[in-house]
Amino acid sequence: MSALLESLIELIRRASAELPDDVNAALVRSLEQEKKGTIAESALKIIERNIELAKRKSQPICQDTGSVIFYVDCPVGFDQIECEATAREAVKEATRKGFLRQNSVDSITGKNDGTNLGPGAPTVHFHQHRESTIEIRLILKGGGCENVGAQYSLPAESLHANRDLDGCRRVILDAVLQAQGRGCGPGILGVCIGGDRATGYEFSKQQFLRKLDDRNPDPKLDALEQDILKTANELGIGPMGFGGKTTLLGVKICAANRVPASFFVSISYMCWAYRRQGVVLTAGQTIGSWLY
Amino acid sequence: MISLTTPITEEAVRALKVGDEVQINGVIFTGRDAVHKYLHEGGELPPGVDLKGGIIYHCGPVMMKQADGSWNCTAAGPTTSIREEPYQAEIIGHFGVRGVIGKGGMGDRTLAGCKEHGCVYLHAIGGAAQVLAECVTRVRGVYFLEKFGSPEAIWELEVSEFPAVVTMDAHGESLHREVFAASEAALQSRL
Ligand code: SF4
Repeated sequence: MSALLESLIELIRRASAELPDDVNAALVRSLEQEKKGTIAESALKIIERNIELAKRKSQPICQDTGSVIFYVDCPVGFDQIECEATAREAVKEATRKGFLRQNSVDSITGKNDGTNLGPGAPTVHFHQHRESTIEIRLILKGGGCENVGAQYSLPAESLHANRDLDGCRRVILDAVLQAQGRGCGPGILGVCIGGDRATGYEFSKQQFLRKLDDRNPDPKLDALEQDILKTANELGIGPMGFGGKTTLLGVKICAANRVPASFFVSISYMCWAYRRQGVVLTAGQTIGSWLY
Repeated sequence: MISLTTPITEEAVRALKVGDEVQINGVIFTGRDAVHKYLHEGGELPPGVDLKGGIIYHCGPVMMKQADGSWNCTAAGPTTSIREEPYQAEIIGHFGVRGVIGKGGMGDRTLAGCKEHGCVYLHAIGGAAQVLAECVTRVRGVYFLEKFGSPEAIWELEVSEFPAVVTMDAHGESLHREVFAASEAALQSRL
């Protein structure tokens, strides 16, 4: 087995069985904030116990191990074809070992061949950089929360949302309202303002690579992120939509240019089982360090 | 914390109200899309499955077959219930179901069915696959495994202290409806 294959299998195992520290910390904080004796508190306690159990048993945190999405930052000259082939092999092997559920279905025949491989499964995004290092990040994106993602086209008259930041705020908060009770909250929003229908969703998902406690370098977007987080948590939706203080754990927003005719706001929703991990590889392609 | 043991009486169900936390003990049956459609179209329950006073769990568990032929449940979180909305109320009435476990809640037809026939909707914690699998103490059997495939089959599970919250009761109350209305109003005042 090649070093890269081994590294990728371990990346998948850890992503599936252990939440990153920043997500754990946010869940612990929300548990402290919920009123004692409420069903919101009970829900978060069960979530905590589940996280602990999955880690200890090295088993999937949630049975829906999601869409498998890799993001690879690599130097010029790196063999992307080889890397993608190895990533596919790693997914197959990780599935065999039970780190991933047999979770990929042929959309036309309805068949699930149990390998998690097929068109678009897994997805591997490559990005060249001038450094000499190889960084590979992985997100496992569950289906229940993917179903509550939304794309709004502004102006959205029924929501009084115009083509400005206030309009963006209105549609993002509407998405939070509509997602309640579905998608296993407390959730995290990844948002892209602008772009086209495809890039909008794509960039919104990339926001999930950010740590929960980072701040947006753009002051306008930073203010919008903080405002949406605060407002959403005042709505009383709570974990699982049971009512309570924790509706969202984080909001991450980016912007992309648009054509004058279009103004999309694309919102991806991530459940509390926010499975994200990443590694920096050594020269020998073993795991050098963990990114989250 | 209220303990519910199957088979459940109508009286026990009618005593429950929205927001109650329960722990379920006894036997529950999984059933999701294929099973609901099949039963709704007039399909018969396989011999050995009796839903009278029983509980249906919207779940496609992960099961591992052991060397001796028995099954071990390794993940058992709830799936989204609203997909069964077209079928659920009739199934509750026809088979005498007293509890439906799932996630995300259900709609007005199911709520009315719960009130009419004496049934409750029990919300399990979405994503808590490991905690809930630990509550499955034994897999007693499986039905329609060939017909519908493993996640869609009817699994007969023995459970102990399986945690859930009553979010739709037999008096026409729904926590989902309540929270939605309150949060919508809260949002209006913040726009
Ligand atoms: S939304 Fe997330 S936590 Fe809920 S079932 Fe899907 S993957 Fe699991």
